[in-house]
Amino acid sequence: MSAPARVSRREFLETAGAVGATLVIGFQLPITGRGAGARAVGPFAPNAWLRIGADDSVLVVVDRSEMGQGVTTALPMLLAEELDADWTKVKIESAPVAKEYANPLFGMQGTGGSTSVRAAWTPLRKAGAAAREMLVAAAADRWKVDKATCRTERGAVIHPVTNRRASYGQLVAAAAALPVPENPSLKHPKDWKILGTPVRRLDTPAKVDGSAEFGIDVKVPGMRVAVVARSPVRGGKVATFDATKAKAVPGVHDVVQISSGIAVVADGYWNARKGRDALTVTWDEGPNAQVSSASISQLLAQRADDKAPVARHDGDADAALASAVSKVSADYELPFLAHATMEPQNCTAQVRADGVEIWAPTQFQTGAQGIGAKIGGVPPEKVKVHTTYLGGGFGRRFELDFIQEALETSKAVGGAPVKVIWSREDDTQQDQYRPASFHRLRAGLDASGQPVAWAHAFAAPSIMVRVFGPGVIKNGIDEETVEAAVGMPYAVPNVQVNYALTDLGIPVGFWRSVNNSFNWFVVESFIDELAAAAKQDPVEYRRRLLTKAPRHLGVLTLAAEKAQWGTPLPAGRARGVAVCKAFESYVAEVAEVSLGSDGQPRVHRVVCAVDCGPVVNPSIVTAQMESAIVYGLTAALWGEITIENGRAKQSNFHDYRMLRLAEMPVVEVHIVASSDAQGGVGEPGTPPIAPAVCNALFALTGKRIRKLPIGKLV
Amino acid sequence: MAAISFTVNGKRETVNVTPDTPLLWVLRDTLGLTGTKFGCGIAQCGACTVHLDGVATRTCVLPVSAVANKRVTTIEGLSKNRAHAVQRAWIEEDVPQCGYCQSGQIMAVAALLAKTPHPSDAEIDAQITNICRCGTYQRIRAAIHRAAKGV
Repeated sequence: MSAPARVSRREFLETAGAVGATLVIGFQLPITGRGAGARAVGPFAPNAWLRIGADDSVLVVVDRSEMGQGVTTALPMLLAEELDADWTKVKIESAPVAKEYANPLFGMQGTGGSTSVRAAWTPLRKAGAAAREMLVAAAADRWKVDKATCRTERGAVIHPVTNRRASYGQLVAAAAALPVPENPSLKHPKDWKILGTPVRRLDTPAKVDGSAEFGIDVKVPGMRVAVVARSPVRGGKVATFDATKAKAVPGVHDVVQISSGIAVVADGYWNARKGRDALTVTWDEGPNAQVSSASISQLLAQRADDKAPVARHDGDADAALASAVSKVSADYELPFLAHATMEPQNCTAQVRADGVEIWAPTQFQTGAQGIGAKIGGVPPEKVKVHTTYLGGGFGRRFELDFIQEALETSKAVGGAPVKVIWSREDDTQQDQYRPASFHRLRAGLDASGQPVAWAHAFAAPSIMVRVFGPGVIKNGIDEETVEAAVGMPYAVPNVQVNYALTDLGIPVGFWRSVNNSFNWFVVESFIDELAAAAKQDPVEYRRRLLTKAPRHLGVLTLAAEKAQWGTPLPAGRARGVAVCKAFESYVAEVAEVSLGSDGQPRVHRVVCAVDCGPVVNPSIVTAQMESAIVYGLTAALWGEITIENGRAKQSNFHDYRMLRLAEMPVVEVHIVASSDAQGGVGEPGTPPIAPAVCNALFALTGKRIRKLPIGKLV
Repeated sequence: MAAISFTVNGKRETVNVTPDTPLLWVLRDTLGLTGTKFGCGIAQCGACTVHLDGVATRTCVLPVSAVANKRVTTIEGLSKNRAHAVQRAWIEEDVPQCGYCQSGQIMAVAALLAKTPHPSDAEIDAQITNICRCGTYQRIRAAIHRAAKGV
């Protein structure tokens, strides 16, 4: 790694070895007696989060993937706070794959579901606190004083009575010989010095001088670069191919068949790409050759009804609908969406007889290790996984397809290291898309306009079934796909949710906020329709129905207040609101919109309130809300992958449009001071923006947008 | 294959590649300067932006033959120790998230400020069209104004 803020493991060990001692703490080790501490001076100990060198360096091993969400800062903050570390001395290193680094919320090593801080909250603080207690004990021994009379600050133990001070580096040798406390005490939040503060990100310096190493930047001696030709029809396979012309391209070394298609292996990307262009392949197009967006729409609309399996059933929605004073119904449709990470998919792998090595911008190290073992024919412990920085993740990099291609290609060319690089067109057209879905909503209102019945029937493919197989289905339902539809928070006495799990042949995957992205759009659009039918203010209408949902209510109230909800706006502007709960956090957003002279919506301002429980770094929370809003807004305005004859129609940024700086609204983020249960922050800001904008456009124009993207309708 | 010479970050380089190879891939694969990124290959996103004789240029569609005897500056050559005002402003505002687009953003902004030291928001909107999927645009705008004030 060339990044200044990162120290390679070898460098660190050399430094530590040269000066004689390193204190190693790993809290998921079986800690008895002298366990972890005693190993410190000895050989490499990969199952550990903290290494303090005799030179006072503090190395935090980060076992989550940095894809922009800030884990390489937030996780070290947890540990450094309890350690009383000197923050300016903290360095970071990416963890190898190992059981000790499994995400406790998954049981596997991976990053997703906005889980990183929640999962690390207790273990990493305890790891820091235990190290601190050992260092204090070592100092007290040395000075022959009661350890209770010592204190710590910024990387040193201090004995105020005798005015003595020892830096942590001076104490590591002695501390390493001490037992690791099993249950160190944690600070009271009022004593926090690092947690809760907007310290700058540790990865920034490397990201402003080009030295941060992403997967696509990996260079290994003897490495080749491969570009793969894949079936344009999803699910198709190679029928025949002719590599003669491809092999004639200067720089092309090999053309090999792998399970996803034909890999052209060359000395660099450009020649590999030219080789692929020169390839002749005929495809067996398989069962999806006739699938199109029109047939998908039709199928989903047919299946979205109340005969589908029941996901939530309160009271009797049908009876309540039948006797309601008035009724409202609406259909909503949402498209497939590509992830469009800035860094196209890529992976470098080397498959040798004695072991496998993978360098990847991956969210799923355990998966990479597993597939490396399978393809390499070696036990998992013979698979090394190096996680680089990820140029965006958004769920796309939880997939293993790009890793599998690099492994298979390396194996097929006899074990040379191979880097597979996807073009932007490959990335757009061979993605696992956010599911397309179709929703039928019906509600009954009483004489005062209050909802007495809510029925939501929808059809969509299941990501969990695609990834984990049909075993995840219980009573006809995959409970992930129905989240948010089932979690509809408004107090309605009769509720029914039906879900028709519908395979469309087009692969679907985890896309930032996952199923929340479509279900909250529907819930928050429809509740707005009910408020309009009841001729009531959309914020007040929601508030009355959220009295038993205090955290939803809290963010809604805060966002409305900060957005000056109800105050006049300049002519031609209107506000809309939406609220959600996702990944245990609560977010409300108020969008302020106008229509341009071209009829295109323009979003001027977004006020966001978030309650994610205890906050590690408010600057990162704010950045994640801004980021999630841009991600969701881009999709709401223009995002759509359409399918024609089994092929994705869009291919690159000219037809899969991205929001740019000139289109960026002013985003104001307000964080609720909260000691409630902690939630994630990477994803929950995404779901509310599409309904908030569409609700604002309704307020402005009287026209409801029930099919995304918006761009087509207004 | 042809030998093509140009200056990169102050150093004369001669590369022996097929002349249609985009400068981006010569920088990355031949010269090992991986700070300049591949994003789209059709000059839409700006991740591959460098300075060509001082002008911000997208290199993913620029054949290396077109830069013969010209002067190229990449993110690696923008400054020593991240000392350029734009880099300092980026650190002050904690701009990057994933960071992948930021080399291109910084090069585009450095070229803008060289020509227009105090750009208005409208000038920034018109000139800085690079894509950031993490949505760091608000901090990018703040950092541009900060850099314009000399941090």
